[in-house]
Amino acid sequence: MKPRHKKLLLIVGGVAVLGIAAGLVLNAFRSNLVFFYTPTQIAQGEAPKDKAFRIGGLVKTGSLKRDGLTVHFIVTDTRKDTTVSYTGILPDLFKEGRGVVAEGKLGNDGQFTASQVLAKHDENYMPPEAKAALDQAQRQTARTLQP
Amino acid sequence: MSVSLINWFKFSSPASFYPLAGRLVPWFATIFFLLLCVGLWIALMMAPTDAQQGEGYRIIFVHVPASWMSMFIYCVMAFWSAIGLAFNTRLSGMMTSALAPTGALFAFLSLWTGSLWGKPMWGAWWVWDARLTSQLILFFLYLGFIALQAAIDDPRRADKAGAILALVGVINVPIIYFSVQWWNTLHQGASVSMTKAPSMAHIMLAGMLIMALAFWAYAITMALMRVRCIILERELASEWVKRNAME
Repeated sequence: MKPRHKKLLLIVGGVAVLGIAAGLVLNAFRSNLVFFYTPTQIAQGEAPKDKAFRIGGLVKTGSLKRDGLTVHFIVTDTRKDTTVSYTGILPDLFKEGRGVVAEGKLGNDGQFTASQVLAKHDENYMPPEAKAALDQAQRQTARTLQP
Repeated sequence: MSVSLINWFKFSSPASFYPLAGRLVPWFATIFFLLLCVGLWIALMMAPTDAQQGEGYRIIFVHVPASWMSMFIYCVMAFWSAIGLAFNTRLSGMMTSALAPTGALFAFLSLWTGSLWGKPMWGAWWVWDARLTSQLILFFLYLGFIALQAAIDDPRRADKAGAILALVGVINVPIIYFSVQWWNTLHQGASVSMTKAPSMAHIMLAGMLIMALAFWAYAITMALMRVRCIILERELASEWVKRNAME
């Protein structure tokens, strides 16, 4: 083996070892690196108590209630629900049925009081006409599936 | 040894790469300009509004290509660093240094446009989620590389130190890319990936890809121009530079 090939092999090996080390560290930190907890995780008691954290999920359709500047809504991951109340201005993309991430504290009654609400959008980009067509197709499928 | 291999080695010498780079610059500059015009035309005039985000989504045509380039340029730097360390070639170190400022620019552009995009859509300029934080680390890696090279006077030693930093830092690139899959992040998943069909309208996708190619041409143009300056600086004492300067 030529010395320069040996050197190249050493470099590749070194980077591979560093990569594995980084992978193991990240894997160990996995649970601490979450940006938000889902309602299911909260129901299972995985979320921190007496400490601010973020909750993420979809705003349950029909759950949004306005009370002056305060809004109440339910965050769902389709299995569990968490009730959230928030006083302040909501981002433009905040809508029922859309993604949301709220930061705040969980009360003893299971109510989440948010200090900040962020809208989470998906990675789909399409013109409004395409979206309307897609929604209509979905509604039709839902109708035909109903008994 | 085949003919093409001999040519490769010929252009690995700064003296023969210098004129080649000079000939390539106007071509890539022209390609950049044409692609930028087409890309911006599609992005601003032809692409429809988005159903969710309205007109605001159009920043994607700068944000995503800039983010791609910031990651890709770092990989190219790591590649040249590995070559430089293994084969002890001078030109690879110069290429790495020439790419760093452009990579840093794209990383900054990615963070900046992302921030401008995040405020109206998410409701926050900045959040410490895995995607944003790892991209910020990439930006710091670029700055660290530039600072480290500037701090060491001997160019060969500076190349070596920079190469090690570039190789260690390259581990961050897959972390950025997969961060949206590995963790719950506020940042949405990839719209374009190798494993699934793109989740964008075709004309939007076309605009984004053309902008990415334009940025690619820009990066090549800038790197070649910068590497020419670096070659002249470092080879100042050599015979061929003196001859060139006389002409």
